[in-house]
Amino acid sequence: MTDLLTREQPPKAAPVRRRSRPRKGPVAYLLRLFVTAYLVLLVAWPVSLVAIRTFEDGFSGIQGILEDPDTVTALKLTVTVAISAVVVNTLFGVGISLLLVRSEFPGKRALSALVDLPLSVSPIVVGLALVLVYGGRNGWFGPTLEGAGLQVVFATPGIVMATAFVALPLVIREVVPVLEEIGTDQEVAAQTLGANGWQTFWRVTLPAIKWAIVYGVVLSLARSLGEFGAVKVVSGNVLGQTRTATLVVEEKYLNFDQQGAYATAFLLAMVSVACIVIVSVIRPKNERS
Amino acid sequence: MSIEVKGVNKNFGDFVALEDIDLHIPTGRLTALLGPSGGGKSTLLRIIAGLETADTGTVTIEGVEATHLPARKRNVGFVFQHYAAFKHMTVAKNVAFGLEIRKRPKAEVRKRVEELLELVHLSQFAHRLPSQLSGGQRQRMALARALAVEPNVLLLDEPFGALDAKVRKELRDWLRRLHDEVHVTTVLVTHDQEEALEVADQIVVINDGRVEQIGTPDELYDRPANDFVMSFLGPVTTLGGQLVRPHDIDLSDDDKVAGSVPGVITRMVRIGFEVRLHVRTDTDPDVHVTMTRTHARGLETGAKVWLVPTKGALTVPALDSPEPAAAG
Repeated sequence: MTDLLTREQPPKAAPVRRRSRPRKGPVAYLLRLFVTAYLVLLVAWPVSLVAIRTFEDGFSGIQGILEDPDTVTALKLTVTVAISAVVVNTLFGVGISLLLVRSEFPGKRALSALVDLPLSVSPIVVGLALVLVYGGRNGWFGPTLEGAGLQVVFATPGIVMATAFVALPLVIREVVPVLEEIGTDQEVAAQTLGANGWQTFWRVTLPAIKWAIVYGVVLSLARSLGEFGAVKVVSGNVLGQTRTATLVVEEKYLNFDQQGAYATAFLLAMVSVACIVIVSVIRPKNERS
Repeated sequence: MSIEVKGVNKNFGDFVALEDIDLHIPTGRLTALLGPSGGGKSTLLRIIAGLETADTGTVTIEGVEATHLPARKRNVGFVFQHYAAFKHMTVAKNVAFGLEIRKRPKAEVRKRVEELLELVHLSQFAHRLPSQLSGGQRQRMALARALAVEPNVLLLDEPFGALDAKVRKELRDWLRRLHDEVHVTTVLVTHDQEEALEVADQIVVINDGRVEQIGTPDELYDRPANDFVMSFLGPVTTLGGQLVRPHDIDLSDDDKVAGSVPGVITRMVRIGFEVRLHVRTDTDPDVHVTMTRTHARGLETGAKVWLVPTKGALTVPALDSPEPAAAG
């Protein structure tokens, strides 16, 4: 309650001397140098090399992959899969977050741990596990589904499932802390004013977690576009049908089409970077105050 | 639009929050639930609002059996200690919330919001966000929001608890004047006896989950039912086995008054017009006496004095149990 009061008044002007930052010692500069070098060597340099390789011959690399119908199909498939997985993850993510934060039930901690599982399990394992359950021939559930005319593994539904699985925690991990932070005060207030559960969610809870959801969606989208391992197992990697963009990158790289591989990789990376940049630009600065 | 609470019990695990509460809250009056923190008064308010359910007992609001009605159907206005403002909505939208939920026509909503903002003196802030308001302004907005739906009862849970002392006093005056204007049945939870004495028509003292006494501020102050009520409504001190208020002790420098007790001044504190004396007598190591500066002239630490309760002053036999800490 004190922070509410103190925040309203602008802080009293501190003496000028205290405002200026403390002088930095050699340790501070060393740390800075270390962090910068680390990020350059690990992230900036390798990624920039991809961009440099892509544009070595001007735009011909990008043009090349955009003129190849199989690559275009793969890019389209990747977009379809990523969007489907994000939609699924957003709906379930928000639902599970509400369940984890707003209600008490036996096994809640187990569920919370389970939600984090996709982060710690290798995507290859996820792929294999999905094949075990939904595989058309020997899967536990697959033949039944296939009998009903729905092929999961080696088809788009399987790719969507694998992608949704690996990106599952991203929306939840963004939304849960915000839900915890805003507490139930506003929701209870809405109830006393006559709002039912749905109205409370729609008018009070959702606007409050809006930006957390947007962030979660962007991270999920970036992750979904780039998913490789799980997709490789469940997709079957059929050229022009179930080959996604990341699989194209691998294929081209292995076939010594480095230019094509770098161009495709560059496109994938750019979409993800663009998402994150756009959101950080449009996000209001004082949203959390 | 009275509220009847009958035989309400509420436990949280082993903790008894409320024990067999019977309460009648009269229509159109301002009733304060007063008591120390953890005494159960907020729980009782939340049970009336439908935010908690009683283990046993019934709540009737305006003749309607409300025990099993959810909060949103009770038509109560609730004001929270920490405002519970809808942070992403403007002040006007906050106030309009309950009306929009009830799907009132837009023109009517706009008119009503304008009236209410006028009433709480926030008209010029209609388009601000709650984060741009001071604590006092936020609480006035919350009050307007609660009043917008024309509630049967207005429930205030420590509404000024998060505000600093000066704003709290201003809002207290303002709330009383507002209540005289709107006349909605109001229940105010507070641990501040001064707040209760100043604004309430009726005070219910609640301690340890039980009702200690119900009465007007004067009844409670002049005829406390027990030592707890007396000590909770203001400072008390023990003199010769009796609880007495420090300003109700006469002090003289001789033993002429019958029944006076000799003692020695151990400490004097001067606060503005008031002087607080600590006196050691044979039976009580630390008797508190307050008097005005004028009356205290000539007294000094170490002086021998005689103490006696003022004629007609209220005294209550002191129990051996330790004196409950008076909040305030």
